[in-house]
Amino acid sequence: MDFISILSIFVLACFVGYYVVWSVTPALHTPLMAVTNAISSVIIVGALIAAAASGAPGAKWLGLLAIVLASINIFGGFAVTERMLAMYKKKDK
Amino acid sequence: MEHATVPAWALLAYLVSGVFFILALRGLSSPASSRRGNRFGMAGMLIAVVTTLATHVPMIQGDNFNSYHGPDFDAIAWVLGAIGLGAVIGLTTARKIAMTDMPQLVAAFHSLVGLAAVLVAAAAFLNPASFGILATPEEFMDPAEFAKLGLINPVSRIEMGLGVAIGAITFSGSVIAFLKLAGKMSGAPILLTMRHVINLGTLASILGLTAYFVVDQSPWVFWTITALSFLIGFLLIIPIGGADMPVVVSMLNSYSGWAAAAMGFTLHNSAMIITGALVGSSGAILSYIMCKAMNRSFISVIAGGFGADSGAAAGGAAKVDRPWKRGSAEDAAYMMSQAESVIIVPGYGMAVAQAQHALREMADLLKKEGVSVKYAIHPVAGRMPGHMNVLLAEANVPYDEVFELEDINSEFAQTDVAFIIGANDVVNPAAKTDKSSPIYGMPVFDVDKAKTVFFIKRSMGGVGYAGVDNDVFYMDQTMMLLADAKKMVDDIVKALQH
Repeated sequence: MDFISILSIFVLACFVGYYVVWSVTPALHTPLMAVTNAISSVIIVGALIAAAASGAPGAKWLGLLAIVLASINIFGGFAVTERMLAMYKKKDK
Repeated sequence: MEHATVPAWALLAYLVSGVFFILALRGLSSPASSRRGNRFGMAGMLIAVVTTLATHVPMIQGDNFNSYHGPDFDAIAWVLGAIGLGAVIGLTTARKIAMTDMPQLVAAFHSLVGLAAVLVAAAAFLNPASFGILATPEEFMDPAEFAKLGLINPVSRIEMGLGVAIGAITFSGSVIAFLKLAGKMSGAPILLTMRHVINLGTLASILGLTAYFVVDQSPWVFWTITALSFLIGFLLIIPIGGADMPVVVSMLNSYSGWAAAAMGFTLHNSAMIITGALVGSSGAILSYIMCKAMNRSFISVIAGGFGADSGAAAGGAAKVDRPWKRGSAEDAAYMMSQAESVIIVPGYGMAVAQAQHALREMADLLKKEGVSVKYAIHPVAGRMPGHMNVLLAEANVPYDEVFELEDINSEFAQTDVAFIIGANDVVNPAAKTDKSSPIYGMPVFDVDKAKTVFFIKRSMGGVGYAGVDNDVFYMDQTMMLLADAKKMVDDIVKALQH
């Protein structure tokens, strides 16, 4: 993909983000932060590439460390979001 | 370009993963659909990770001495081990964390994203070939000789420089936010002299070096950008006080997104770019909502120092002894059980005292007496957006009894009792009337219109975060309940049971 296609995806995704986030109910703003935290750890993709590459050993170790950090976030973020969301209940009638 | 190695199916898979992340946020538009949304998020992440694992299997290249050619199982084990280690730490933390500690957990998580971004950028700098970001040789050059130079694509250098800078700022800023939120460091703003000059100078150097990085990819340039960015993250958050933390946490949330997006540009990865844009805008919108709820500009929050100096002057005049009434748990129990309607206004003090469960018990007893009980939540109550909602949800308060500022504010005039627990600035009428007040213009609850006000507070001495005296304390219809919030609510519950 060239730079312009990537930039197009980025700009459109910013607009999508803008509208989607405004529709999030304020009561769920804390879970929103937790889940955005988890998904921003998609940076693990870069860490996996670095760890799998042959060549520079230093880069490999940095990659492995980044995998650990991003995984903490992914598993921790989704799990804590799930835990919070499970608590939101309607009045039982 | 150089990304011919990524197969088309993988590009599609990353796109699907990006779409799933959009659906994950979309699900949060109501509590009913939120859990399905979270599952979408998990699925999106699974797709992204599996795709990357499948397209980047570590390989051993066979040669004359070593005839083995194929997957490098050692390296694969290391990668899976790293994921497993992260999973164990993450899941344990998520299970154990108390809901009142959520703000610092989120700050800690942000710092990890930031650090991971720095590490990935550094790995890409050290091994650009593996990320496919090497510069393409000009036609007259010998490709083999050119490859030896290891030159990185100029555009990628900018992306990398920005990625590492944003990542480092996210990391050090979040560490400070974490320390402040966890009470391991004073929440009071720490003001360095000349801080604006130092900050602007550092920021300018980071941008200048990033531009210079395009012409000179020497390691010192990259590492200086990294070091300066760690420094600026630290300097930016140090002067910001505790109650401005909702804005800071949202802002760092936004940064962690932009860091992911910058790395997505480097890797030409659509999942990372879409996610980065989503998270970036999410954090930015939350910061905007928080600033608006305090009637402060984003710049003034970032400049920091709020509550350090301004309050003393404004509060000083009010220090004259004014008469106020002290109530007891029995008074509160009696008045509320006789009332038709009660609105509870919780604030950070409720979280500190862990009073949410006792509060719900009190509300249940009142409801049994036929009293209508509602909760009113200010956007900046607590230390992060939605903090109070989570605590009330934890205490099994149904979410349809919990209302936002604009939805409930008109009801105070018809309400018998406003019950304020751990909040202060968000009910201060000075925000509506006193132009000299530092909180003037901030939208506040009209608790002064309720027939009776109960105000739980530890003592009459302290004032709210903004350091402003509150006229509500001295109104005829106000009774001050001076005690720890949890203890007071427990006592009211006991009195109601009799």
